Amino acid sequence: MDLLVAVIILAVLGLIFGAILGFASVKFKVEGDPIVEQINEVLPQTQCGQCGYPGCKPYAEAIANGDAINKCPPGGEAGVKALADLLGREVIPLDEERGEEKPPRIAYIREDECIGCTKCIQACPVDAILGAPKLMHTVIVDECTGCDLCVEPCPVDCIDMLEIPQTIATWKWQQPEQMELNQIPIKQIFSKESH
Amino acid sequence: MGEYLLLFIGTVLVNNFVLVKFLGLCPFMGVSGKLETAIGMSVATTFVLTLASALSYIVNTFILAPLGMEYLQTLSFILVIAVMVQLTEMIIHKTSPILYRLLGIFLPLITTNCAVLGVALLNVNEAHNFVQSVIYGFGAAVGFSLVLILFAAMRERLAAADVPLPFKGASIAMITAGLMSLAFMGFSGLVKL
Repeated sequence: MDLLVAVIILAVLGLIFGAILGFASVKFKVEGDPIVEQINEVLPQTQCGQCGYPGCKPYAEAIANGDAINKCPPGGEAGVKALADLLGREVIPLDEERGEEKPPRIAYIREDECIGCTKCIQACPVDAILGAPKLMHTVIVDECTGCDLCVEPCPVDCIDMLEIPQTIATWKWQQPEQMELNQIPIKQIFSKESH
Repeated sequence: MGEYLLLFIGTVLVNNFVLVKFLGLCPFMGVSGKLETAIGMSVATTFVLTLASALSYIVNTFILAPLGMEYLQTLSFILVIAVMVQLTEMIIHKTSPILYRLLGIFLPLITTNCAVLGVALLNVNEAHNFVQSVIYGFGAAVGFSLVLILFAAMRERLAAADVPLPFKGASIAMITAGLMSLAFMGFSGLVKL
């Protein structure tokens, strides 16, 4: 008899706690892995594949699973620092093997030389190249991430990577740490001879 | 009120669970490598310990004792603790994914933290009432957190210190823990319980 009561008590307790946990698992449901989303937001979204992964999202997943944070040349040192802050890891220098940090650029197709082979269209990870077979192609400037992936496949080498010219629309304040000697430049106003 | 305050201080300092009763040593050594992780672990353990001691008091007084089933204490307390830990894990996963990642395996391991079961069983042994149980659980958790955070802070310093080679790593951590325990023994006699 005692044994039966004991079993019933434990079963009832288990049921109650199970119900609480079931309710909590619905209430605190986590969609996907939020840390991957946060890492993905920090990455530059060039989809260039220089990190060795097919795109930024797969690299974000790899970082979340413990991969190094210094494999993203387009993100540069600032990107590594942002990732280190987010994940509580040490700041490490950019991996030289993956390429070096370059200023933001966009692809430009010299249209009169283009033979319309569509090879660059297939290479583009963000579908920023417009064109059809045997017709000349062109780049949608707003979509291009400057990843260099279309330069290699072009058989007539008609794609240039142009640096984005600084205009009033694209100019940004420099980050303080990128300024020379980490300080406000000092100018000598009057020379010694004037004394 | 004074009695409760005495119980609280007594649990935090005099009968510190880690350094005087030697309960909960595995997270004490395992999660004390980094200060931030230690703070996160302290918060999670405080949450679990306080709620688990309240819940196990309720389970013991209102379910087990009237039916004369006190011999089920250990089993049902473990059940209560496991549920609390699962709940904490869900909440942390939702609210702070980075803390969740940092704590990693140590979060589910709160289940096997002997301090948690120890508090629940000691509550029964010392015939605490509900408020006393909660204060005892909370005090134990605060004591655990205090020691864990102090120890983590010290270990961060030790990592940069010039420690003789044979003492490097775990051995200096053990020696530090022993010295801390000695220091906490100095509190005995402060509060008579």
